[in-house]
Amino acid sequence: MIGVGVAYDIVRWEEKAILEALKGVGAEVRPIHLTTAVFTLPEDEGQIPEVVLERSVSHSVAVESASLFEGLGARVINSSKALAVSTDKVRTASVLRACGIPAPITGVAFSPESALKLASIIGYPVVIKPVNGSWGRMVALARDEEELRAIIEHRRYLPGINSRVYLIQEFVRKPGRDLRVFVVGEEVPVAIYRVSDHWITNTARGGRAERVRVSDELRDLALRAAEAVGGEVLGVDILEHPERGYLVNEVNGVTEFKNTVRVTGVRLHEMIARYAVSVARR
Amino acid sequence: MRLTCPICGLEVDVPDDVISGEVVEHDCGAVLEVVMDGSSMALRPLDGVQEDWGE
Repeated sequence: MIGVGVAYDIVRWEEKAILEALKGVGAEVRPIHLTTAVFTLPEDEGQIPEVVLERSVSHSVAVESASLFEGLGARVINSSKALAVSTDKVRTASVLRACGIPAPITGVAFSPESALKLASIIGYPVVIKPVNGSWGRMVALARDEEELRAIIEHRRYLPGINSRVYLIQEFVRKPGRDLRVFVVGEEVPVAIYRVSDHWITNTARGGRAERVRVSDELRDLALRAAEAVGGEVLGVDILEHPERGYLVNEVNGVTEFKNTVRVTGVRLHEMIARYAVSVARR
Repeated sequence: MRLTCPICGLEVDVPDDVISGEVVEHDCGAVLEVVMDGSSMALRPLDGVQEDWGE
C-alpha cells in the first residue's frame, strides 16, 4: 500500500477532505500533527511516509517541516524550496520576473524614506503589503503620500522583522474581481473569479466565488507560474489589468479550496490525493 | 468521546474519529484544539490566528 502523510497544524476543511480522499484512493494515510509530533535527524529516517502533503497553515512551520521531511527522505508536496518562494511575496515577484511572467509592478524598500521614494516612482495609488501573510491581512491602499506616511508610521511600531521590509505594488484597477487558478501537477482543473465590491477580493475577506472557464491562456500562465516557483499543488492568483491583460499577483503553496469545491463541484481534494499517490508510485 | 474543557472544566463532546489538530468550540465560549496527549486525546486553548498563517 502507498504511504502518504499529511502534515498540518490546524485541521481546516481542506485537510479533512484530503485525508478522506486519500483513504478513498487506497493510500495508507498518516496524519502528522506538526505541533504535537517531534522528529530527529537522522534517527527518524524511513519512519515517515514516502510522500508527504505539506498543509501547515503557518508559513514558517510549512517551510521548516517540509525541509525536515525532505531531510528524512520524503518527497514533499510542495517542496520546501517551492514553499520558501510562495510564502514570500518578494521571492515570488523575483522568480516570476526572472521567468518572464507578467506581474504587477513591484518594488521593495528597506526604510520608510526609501518606501516613500519607491512609491513616487511607481506612482500613486500604491498597495503596500507584508512580505509574508495571507488572506488579505495587513494589505493597505495608499492613494497619496500622506496616506502612505500614515501606514508606514503604524508599521514601524509593529513587532516582527518583516514590518521593516516595504513591499509596494502598483494598484491594478481590476474589474471588481480577480482569479484563483488551481494547479495540480501538470493539470489546471478549475478556476474561480473572486468577486467583491472591495478592492481586496480574497474569499477570506468576503469575496464571492464564481466558476470561470480555464482558457488556454489561463492554463499556460498558471503552469508557467507553477514552474517558476517549483510547485505542484498551487493556487495562482491572477489580476486582470485593463491594458496589460493577465498579471500573476501571488502563488499560494498551501492553497485553500473549500469555496471552489462548493461553487464548482470540482473535487480538488480527490485530485490532490490521486496526484500524491501517483507521485509515490513513480 | 468526552474530553475536559481546560477553561471551564466541563465536559466537551467530540466525535470518536477526531484527530489531533481539530478545532472545537465549547458552550463556555472557548475555542479549543484537540491534541494527542500520550495515547489519549486532550483539549488546549487555540492560540488564534498567527501572523504567518495563511495559504
